[in-house]
Amino acid sequence: MAIQEKMEKNIWGMIIMLLIVLSVGGIVEIVPLFYIDKTFEHNKYPEIVWKPKPGQTLQDHKPGDGMRPYKALELAGRDIYQREGCYLCHSQMIRPFRDEKERYGHYSLASESIYDHPFQWGSKRTGPDIARIGGKYSDDWHRKHLRAPRLLVPESVMPNYPWLQENVLDGETIQAHMLGMQRIGVPYSDVDIAAAAAEVKGKTEEDAMVAYLQVLGTMVKLDESKAYRE
Amino acid sequence: MVEATLEQKYNYSVVRWFTIMSAVYLVVGALVGVYIASELAWPILNFDSPYLSFGRLRPLHTNAVIFAFGGCILMATAFYTVQRTCGVRLWSNRMAWFTFWGWNLIIVSAVITLPLGLTQAKEYAELEWPIDIAIAVVWLSYMFNFIMTIVHRKSSHIYVSNWFFLGMMVMITYLHVVNSLAIPVSLFKSYSIFAGVQDAMIQWWWGHNAVGFYLTAGFLGIMYYFVPKQAGKPVFSYRLSVIHFWALMFGYVWLGAHHLQYTALPDWTGSLGAAVSMAMIIPSWGGAVNGMMTLSGAWDKLRTDYVLRFLIMSLAFYAMSVFEGPVMSLKTVNALSHYTDWTIGHVHSGALGWVGMVGIGAIYHLITKTYHIELWSTRLVNTHFWTATIGTLVYIVAMWVSGIMQGLMWRAYDEYGTLAYTFAESVEAMHPYYAMRAVGGAIFLAGAVMMLVNVVMTVLTANSQGSVQKARTAAATA
Repeated sequence: MAIQEKMEKNIWGMIIMLLIVLSVGGIVEIVPLFYIDKTFEHNKYPEIVWKPKPGQTLQDHKPGDGMRPYKALELAGRDIYQREGCYLCHSQMIRPFRDEKERYGHYSLASESIYDHPFQWGSKRTGPDIARIGGKYSDDWHRKHLRAPRLLVPESVMPNYPWLQENVLDGETIQAHMLGMQRIGVPYSDVDIAAAAAEVKGKTEEDAMVAYLQVLGTMVKLDESKAYRE
Repeated sequence: MVEATLEQKYNYSVVRWFTIMSAVYLVVGALVGVYIASELAWPILNFDSPYLSFGRLRPLHTNAVIFAFGGCILMATAFYTVQRTCGVRLWSNRMAWFTFWGWNLIIVSAVITLPLGLTQAKEYAELEWPIDIAIAVVWLSYMFNFIMTIVHRKSSHIYVSNWFFLGMMVMITYLHVVNSLAIPVSLFKSYSIFAGVQDAMIQWWWGHNAVGFYLTAGFLGIMYYFVPKQAGKPVFSYRLSVIHFWALMFGYVWLGAHHLQYTALPDWTGSLGAAVSMAMIIPSWGGAVNGMMTLSGAWDKLRTDYVLRFLIMSLAFYAMSVFEGPVMSLKTVNALSHYTDWTIGHVHSGALGWVGMVGIGAIYHLITKTYHIELWSTRLVNTHFWTATIGTLVYIVAMWVSGIMQGLMWRAYDEYGTLAYTFAESVEAMHPYYAMRAVGGAIFLAGAVMMLVNVVMTVLTANSQGSVQKARTAAATA
């Protein structure tokens, strides 16, 4: 208790001790995630992440080719997804259980969210998980569902989002967003960014939202026979 | 006249204002909470308006209760406690007022930006980067003033409450800065510099420690001063306080990983988080016992002292929450509870039962001490106590039932080996409990309104009697 006695009389000693004690847990749990190769499944199965050949742009990617950055319209949709707080009721993280597999599909991998700044795993399922919702419903279904969910699913408690079909996207904004992403390491090429304004021209927020929802879970095709995680 | 000398010796003005604002923000935060709870029961309440939709108002609710109510009462109590236990006036009056106005401006900016959909989309850290910078500056002013007051103290030892306040201030600075690291792409839009699994771990390191430090360590600072003061007894055990403090400081930091069990976070991290979570039951209960046993020999006071009732009930909820939490961090339990309303129920047994009630106790105590007057109505405090308790219980029972039911429905199979329920059926089954939760919240809100009325009436009475002015001049002539 001698140290305790000293710290109770010396505020600076207590602050230094606190800085040390408070750092340990975070360092042990967070720092290794940046260094341990096993954290990401694509270190063992590189095909999970798409590697464009020289001269290829985002437009050359086909579903199943592997994880890629979001296209301009999808990224705009993802921005709206965040703005509207969708992540508060929908998770994008399927756990490795039988019921989740049957309901939502293959369990989610860490490599599937490497371009997600910030992550969108969610913490609550007031609505269902949507990590692999892409391709499960038609574009038309999504539009109707976004405008008035209860017309399609009477039990739903989701808000209506009628304003999405009225708001038009801005090309410069989305280019600025892609440039920001590029700066923090998302592999957008300058060609991708230059093409972005034309890609979103005249599109509505609803178009963007549908594009985002339809790409979720479709970029990579996972193999049932492989053990991606132990 | 003791009260008079205290009024002149200490800076009570800033404490008074923080206390009043925390009573105001509790009403605001709980009101938004009841509203969004009602939206989940009756979605028509979203009114097809972006500014009223659940996804935008939910961050407003959490920010209002955590940072507006919680922040103001933490600032009121830390500034009060540090002066009283160090025997000196706050180091800087001007800096204290900077903290007050800065913090309230941040709250106003949150009220404006969140319904507009300006968000970093990380739970409990939604505010955009310019506001994040303001938070860091104001928070540091709060911490610096607090530390410098301790430096100039008259007492030889630093009192236990101040350890807890200090631990919170240091850790929140650390968490806020790291978790908010982002690249701005416009004045009100930025992206976290971290992605995926790393961002998830950093977010829940922040998320759980916002609970562990801001809402637990900080409020334990309140508990360690206000429970002994209100009971008129010293803290039960000094040794237990020391263990409680250091175990909490070391251990809590590890717990965030338990929010990510069975996700794409590596298994070792989640298991480590769960293991430390289990171990935390011991010091947490030690702390709860330490608070409750402070009443040893003075239990009869619970019959007459309504403010003390709040403080002791808060410790009961604290003890319950810190048992429930570790249980939910166990993988087998978490497999069922994660993603369900059980988590929401757990949060609210801590937020309404522990944080709310100990904060309410502190507000009543501070109003009488800093206005040198009795409360306008003690009967109303008693009514508030029962509404707060019943409201909290109704809320958490509703969420326990709905959460466990959700978890069981999602994993249920019928006799043919197919999923027994669609997701939509589980949503439909929640309706009665969502309605019940809104009612529980409304009962709690009614109590918060009673407190606001009581606080306002007490302040008006004090103003008309000039009790603060009398205390000032009496000291001046003494």
